[in-house]
Amino acid sequence: MTDTPLVCSVGSGQMPKKLYAVAAEFANPTALYEAAEKVRDHGFRSWDCYTPYAIHGLDKAMGLKKSWVGVCTLVGGLHGLIGGFLLVTITSVYIYPMDTQGKPYFSLPAFVPILDLLTIMLAAIFTLKGIILLSGLPRLHHPLWEWDLFSRATHDKFFVVIEAKDPRFDEKATVDLLQEMGGTNLTFIGEE
Amino acid sequence: MSYFTPSTVPADPLNRHESAEIARARQELIREPYVNNERSAAWVGDHIASVVENPAPLWWWIAVGIAGGVASLAGVCILYLITTGVGVWGENKAANWAWDITNFVFWIGIGHAGTMIAAILYLTRQRWASGINRAAEAMTIFAVMCAGVFPAVHVGRVWFAWYMAPIPNGNAIWPNFRSPLLWDVFAVNTYLGVSIMFWYVGLIPDAAAMRDRIKNKILKYFYAVICLGWRGSARQWANYEFGYLMLAGIATLLVITTCTVVSSDFSTSVIPGWHGTIFIPYFGVGAIYGGFCMLIILLVPIRQYYKLQDIVTLRHIDLCCRYTLLMGLFVAYIYGMEFFIAYYSGNPNESFTLLHDRIFGPYWLTWDLMMIFNCVIPQLFWSKRVRRTPWLAFFIVLFPSIGMWLERYVIIVSSIHRDFLPSSWGMFYPTYIDVLTFTGTFGIFFLMYLLFIRFLPVIAIAEVRSVLPEANPHQPPVVIEHNQGGSHD
Repeated sequence: MTDTPLVCSVGSGQMPKKLYAVAAEFANPTALYEAAEKVRDHGFRSWDCYTPYAIHGLDKAMGLKKSWVGVCTLVGGLHGLIGGFLLVTITSVYIYPMDTQGKPYFSLPAFVPILDLLTIMLAAIFTLKGIILLSGLPRLHHPLWEWDLFSRATHDKFFVVIEAKDPRFDEKATVDLLQEMGGTNLTFIGEE
Repeated sequence: MSYFTPSTVPADPLNRHESAEIARARQELIREPYVNNERSAAWVGDHIASVVENPAPLWWWIAVGIAGGVASLAGVCILYLITTGVGVWGENKAANWAWDITNFVFWIGIGHAGTMIAAILYLTRQRWASGINRAAEAMTIFAVMCAGVFPAVHVGRVWFAWYMAPIPNGNAIWPNFRSPLLWDVFAVNTYLGVSIMFWYVGLIPDAAAMRDRIKNKILKYFYAVICLGWRGSARQWANYEFGYLMLAGIATLLVITTCTVVSSDFSTSVIPGWHGTIFIPYFGVGAIYGGFCMLIILLVPIRQYYKLQDIVTLRHIDLCCRYTLLMGLFVAYIYGMEFFIAYYSGNPNESFTLLHDRIFGPYWLTWDLMMIFNCVIPQLFWSKRVRRTPWLAFFIVLFPSIGMWLERYVIIVSSIHRDFLPSSWGMFYPTYIDVLTFTGTFGIFFLMYLLFIRFLPVIAIAEVRSVLPEANPHQPPVVIEHNQGGSHD
């Protein structure tokens, strides 16, 4: 389509046509953590850290708010509880009333295990959905995957990526900031 | 700590014995690391991934062959049962539950320990469990699958099994939601579903790690699909961690619910030996007991043959053995409590079953073996040396594993074969179809487990990495000391 590469390291080669972000590598979790705090304090919004494993406290260092997954769990649990209640009540009392051992048609204590299990099932399904959808997944492609080094973000490398759509993003100043914080392998990432 | 002299001070020659004591005490206080030999995060990833990346060893092919052959036994036996009838099993009018439900409770019990390790130990911040939780969760899923075989086929006309699901059908029939047996259907399905989800969430980052490193094109595609495009961004990790915590909480609730429901199959009836409120904790601890035994059986060969001793350390085996011992003591206590209640209640039927028939009746041998295997043999785990000798621990836990199966057999068969009315007494003898079906489920279990260790990371790579000292951003990297366990500020 175009001759311009999608990825080019800072200070060499041709810039991508449409810039997605500038990325920098950091040596270890400590350096990444400190860098994250600084990027946060500079007021960036569209940026992210990439790590092979969850680093404890990094969300705070980045100024992230509490995840919404817990809300998904609650909503799912309520779906299960209310849906389950309607299911057992409507079928056992109205549609198919069955006299078993003289128990009342509406025998709530005997329904508790079913309600409990449906609450758990739906809460789990919604939690899983929450994790996946809130994380922006599933995703077939991502501009960062054009960068060869990025495949090690799941292995042993730590990256800070500041996106070009951030209002505070400035090609020169952001690169300088990342360099100043000790970032190496600074790279411009393009998108199509 | 002021009691301990700093190590730089030379030992007082007149006081040599005491300083040796102090040195030993200090040694005891040092926490063992989660991963031995100061391994790096990269090493952890490489080493765990190598299990998948390297060509399958010869023993794996042999094991798959054996497990596959044994698994096909179950297939043939189940086919025979479905085409012929439940009469091919040894059940009769006196004992209409026998090996089928024994096997069901046995397998579902093994399933419980996996969730116990992955969820409850996660919630209680037992970070050592990160080294074994993937293996334990996989064990859960496959054990629950094996468990599901028995209730599904023991209904007789399997093609009507779907009546148990609450779905509109042509006869306008709905299930009886007041029945513990229907609760069981919901419990087992929920347990299987939630276990798979919990396992899958943990697998997402590791699948991404495998996607980024594996050379094989087909496998790369496979991992790319199951990791859903995971990138490991901090925002994703925040959702992941929070969701994992939520799922751990849900799964913990579910472990308790499921063993409650499975025990309700028995305790809501009035059969002597079943009709007890103690059944709920009884099934819970019994399940976790059997599950820890199975986990040790799985982990010892895996860590040995795949050289994972630095990740599944002796400490892991030690702790699993301690849990086994603890659960064994609980089980022993509950046996004792059952006798006491049978005696104290003054109920003649209860006393007959628990204090006479089980011990001196025709099934005395299973009772004796159960007592020896479950209550006596695990006492060897009081010795640290035994707990830290993996193959010895492996050998020891074989006994409670069998013992826990015998326990379910004792509970089920020895309770119902002689109930209230002597004219309806009888005996249960297993047929060879009973034996082969049960043996076959071991084939299914091990076959699935072998495929799991071949194609998915057997240890949670990302989680083990996150408990490494270098993963803590609040201490200088590279410097690794031995006494820094448990820091999570």
